[in-house]
Amino acid sequence: MQANFSPIFDPASSQAAAISGLFMVVLLICAIILAIVVGMVGVGLIRFRQRPGSAEPPSYFGNRKLEIIWTAGPTLIIICLFVLTARGMRQSDPPANQEPDLIVISHQWWWEARYPQTGVATANEIHVPAGSKWLVRLQSADVIHDFWVPRLARKMDVVPGNTNYIWLEARVPGQYAGACAEYCGAQHAWMRFSVIADSPETYAAWLREQQNPAALPATDSARQGLKIFQTMTCANCHSIRGVSVAGSAAPDLTHLAVRRYLGAGVLSNTETNLFRWLKNPQASKPGCLMPDLKLTDAQASAVASYLETLQ
Amino acid sequence: MSAFASPSVEIETPEAGSAPRGLFAWVATVDHKRIGILYLLTALVFFIVGGVEALLMRIQLARPNNTFLSPGAFNQIFTMHGTTMIFLVVMPTLFGLANYLVPLMIGARDMAFPRLNAMSYWLLPFGGLLLHFSLLAGGAPAVGWFSYAPLSETQYASTHGVDYWVLALLILGVGSVATSINLIATILTLRAPGLTIRRLPLFVWMIFVNSFLVILAIPALNAAIVMLFIDRNLSTYFFSPTHGGSALLWQHFFWAFGHPEVYIMALPAFGIISEVVPVFARRPIFGYEFVAASTVAIALLSFGVWAHHMFAVGMGHPIDLFFAASSMLIAVPTGVKVFAWSATMWGGSIRLTTAMLFAVAFLIQFTIGGLSGVTFAVVPIDWQVTDTYYLVAHFHYVLFGGTFFAVFAGLYYWFPKMTGRMLSERLGKLNFWMALIGFNTAFFVQHFLGLMGMTRRIYTYPDLPGWGLLNLISTIGAFLLGAAVLVLLWNIVVSLRHGQPAGDNPWQAWTLEWAATSPPPAQNFDRVPPIRSRRPLWDLAHPERPDPEVGGPTSRDEFALEKNRVSMVTFLISEGAFFVMLILAYLYYNNHTMDGPTPASTLNAKKTGVFTLCLLASSLTIWLAERKLEARKPAAFRWLLALTILLGAVFILGQGQEYLHVFHAGVMVNSNLFATTFFTLTGFHGLHVCVGLVALLIVMGLSLAGDFKQGRIEAAKSIGLYWHFVDAVWLVVFSVIYLRLLL
Repeated sequence: MQANFSPIFDPASSQAAAISGLFMVVLLICAIILAIVVGMVGVGLIRFRQRPGSAEPPSYFGNRKLEIIWTAGPTLIIICLFVLTARGMRQSDPPANQEPDLIVISHQWWWEARYPQTGVATANEIHVPAGSKWLVRLQSADVIHDFWVPRLARKMDVVPGNTNYIWLEARVPGQYAGACAEYCGAQHAWMRFSVIADSPETYAAWLREQQNPAALPATDSARQGLKIFQTMTCANCHSIRGVSVAGSAAPDLTHLAVRRYLGAGVLSNTETNLFRWLKNPQASKPGCLMPDLKLTDAQASAVASYLETLQ
Repeated sequence: MSAFASPSVEIETPEAGSAPRGLFAWVATVDHKRIGILYLLTALVFFIVGGVEALLMRIQLARPNNTFLSPGAFNQIFTMHGTTMIFLVVMPTLFGLANYLVPLMIGARDMAFPRLNAMSYWLLPFGGLLLHFSLLAGGAPAVGWFSYAPLSETQYASTHGVDYWVLALLILGVGSVATSINLIATILTLRAPGLTIRRLPLFVWMIFVNSFLVILAIPALNAAIVMLFIDRNLSTYFFSPTHGGSALLWQHFFWAFGHPEVYIMALPAFGIISEVVPVFARRPIFGYEFVAASTVAIALLSFGVWAHHMFAVGMGHPIDLFFAASSMLIAVPTGVKVFAWSATMWGGSIRLTTAMLFAVAFLIQFTIGGLSGVTFAVVPIDWQVTDTYYLVAHFHYVLFGGTFFAVFAGLYYWFPKMTGRMLSERLGKLNFWMALIGFNTAFFVQHFLGLMGMTRRIYTYPDLPGWGLLNLISTIGAFLLGAAVLVLLWNIVVSLRHGQPAGDNPWQAWTLEWAATSPPPAQNFDRVPPIRSRRPLWDLAHPERPDPEVGGPTSRDEFALEKNRVSMVTFLISEGAFFVMLILAYLYYNNHTMDGPTPASTLNAKKTGVFTLCLLASSLTIWLAERKLEARKPAAFRWLLALTILLGAVFILGQGQEYLHVFHAGVMVNSNLFATTFFTLTGFHGLHVCVGLVALLIVMGLSLAGDFKQGRIEAAKSIGLYWHFVDAVWLVVFSVIYLRLLL
């Protein structure tokens, strides 16, 4: 829930706060300059409106002193802005050689998150401990994307063939909305993600759960769903630890049930929506890379009930 | 006061005699006034197309999770909207106005090259139709108007939309560069007596400076899109990271064009405002010299700011800071102009005609857009707001609220000159208020949407608080703006028939176009007024207080430039820019070892060195040939010309032989990035040599037919200049590719 209409002005990290503060100063300077121009033009329009019957006004070609002032003045303002800019960039200085705490790999149209220290892999929902400053490594599996969580950090492009790093820090626990901010194809609109900052205890519990392999299906329906998962090509793209290893062509589903959204933000994660997604992902997210597998209602229902057990 | 002077240069008017009539007259015209109007009408058609595309998008975005347009359709539409508005609307409109006005404003009869002018125009509808043909051939491009790699590579953009986009832009680019060469040649060589550079109307000056931007920026685009086309169609990897290519190189190359491009779209608008505001404030422009100098400053700086479009890419802070500094700096000369225009009004006697209303709105709106631009130069702010609707708001404020409002001002100002009738002021005021309210409603709220986190180029968005409402407001504003355009069209249609007759100078303006009739006759002027200052018609109307004379008495030397030479030099500058980009690509990809063929393993530097000497010798022979031609010895000229052609042909055959040898060794254009850049660079050079050989053969044919008599040899010397250029480029290419192997 946003306390403020603009996440950019509702920072929750020192990096975002530095940017927010700088932005407000710069907007103030711009507002003053705009007021001057509007004033000059507005007052001029009224004072020097053509009076009926008036003769041509005297010809005046300029005033060198004034012209120098309005060249030098803005130059001085710009030098101040430059100094502020250089200072403001320091908060996001690139790190010295350091192992990343989180590796984010962007795909068309979902976010893969890997925790190198524990081997945890998840998608679209990134948990971090509140109060820690993490180094995030950004890599792309295909085209250029952009990792943007406005309340927490600057935007950073994720460029195939390159590696970028940013600092990610959330001062207080909360949910922070993120989105891909570089047009990356058909479903760029639905490449949203969230960063969820937990208190250290909650984070530790989450991490422990994530490290467990997938829960075993307990009901017949879930068992049927697992069988369909394994035999109807789902396992070729999606990993479920303990069941199938499939590389990262598609999101890891090991703990799908605790995530808040499906399809990188297009649907909230309920059993009904999961059924809808499985019946035809193309109806919910046209153009996404998961094909319509033409599951019957019974099959989709079974798979949904299995996936909902993956806490 | 001296008597009237007539223009000093005779230009043939091809339409005299058996002039075609009616519609065909418009198709066959080489008259700059008609060509200018054709540009404007074509731009208007594409404006409606681009505008409909915008309104379709705004309908889709009016509500969250809307399903009016599919994502595929939306993505094609936003790509086409941007491409259409930039290349098929704004640039043609500005070129059209330049075409119409520049010869009139300098007291000339037509452009320097009327037939080239006509060809430049016809490339516009052809390029526009080719772009839109993609809709019938698998789909329009859907990669955004700047087509970032690798999204625009075949792997991710599998329809031919991007290929049509490339071809259309190449065609349109030829037209733009040709127009700019024509404008430069016209302004430098066809000014009326007394019209020194210092006395040029600011519109002409800004078009002049702008033309240099075009001839340098468009080749950069051409180099980039040619490389993309080669990637897509010959399976190479210029911009594909999977095989060593660089996605970022595309961005550098594109924005090296893209940033000057936005100034290309702004400077002529500044020119319009610099004409309109003084006339309706009844005062000369405040600080002409500073305004003229600031134009040059903007042009120079515009080549040094391109990577401010890439602040989020991760180039490293030192590079970010350099471009931050240059981007902030470019705000200063723009500010100088805004202050100058405002000060021009101060102390004047302001007539708020429709043209002036649009000009005043331009001042405020362009300032808003310019200031939001300055916020982007502050790198950390860019890191939050780039690629959001805040950016969309920024560029629409400068391009629509700025450039397009200036165009509307220019339209109301010059329509009487072009048609002989005034546009209705009543409909004009309605047009203005609807446009003002519609534009600001549509786009001001978009600043807030960006600050609220709405990214750009999304076909829909979640139902977050406030997003739906602000998007709906923006949509309503867009439709109001569309209605304003309809009012403008109605005004044009109605005024063409029933508008008040305008007379020569309805606004009591002061530049030379107002000395001609409305509309001007085919030859523009029979006589041109005497020119001693920047406002010749003011001086005529106010002999008791003329403007002070600008500069001293004029000398003939200033007008001694020759149009063939000027245009060839300008063309060679533009070709040079193209080769610079190809050479940079070669250097970038070959500065480290890579797998596969290398220069050492593939090339025979000694043999190529021999062929190089042949090419260099051909420069000597053509220089000697020109001397013979100057000395009125046509036979000797032809022998030396034949020798030149022979040496050039030997070079090409040598190149061809090298290519065959390389192919036999199994090295193809897509073998690795050395092979790709080698074939691209030497291939385009070879193409230029072949074109040169064809030109030399044509010169030979003309000489055999008895042409180039009596010292009229400027055209032949210009071809010679081209040939020297091709040789000079080869020297650089040879040094970059082969010299290392010989040392």
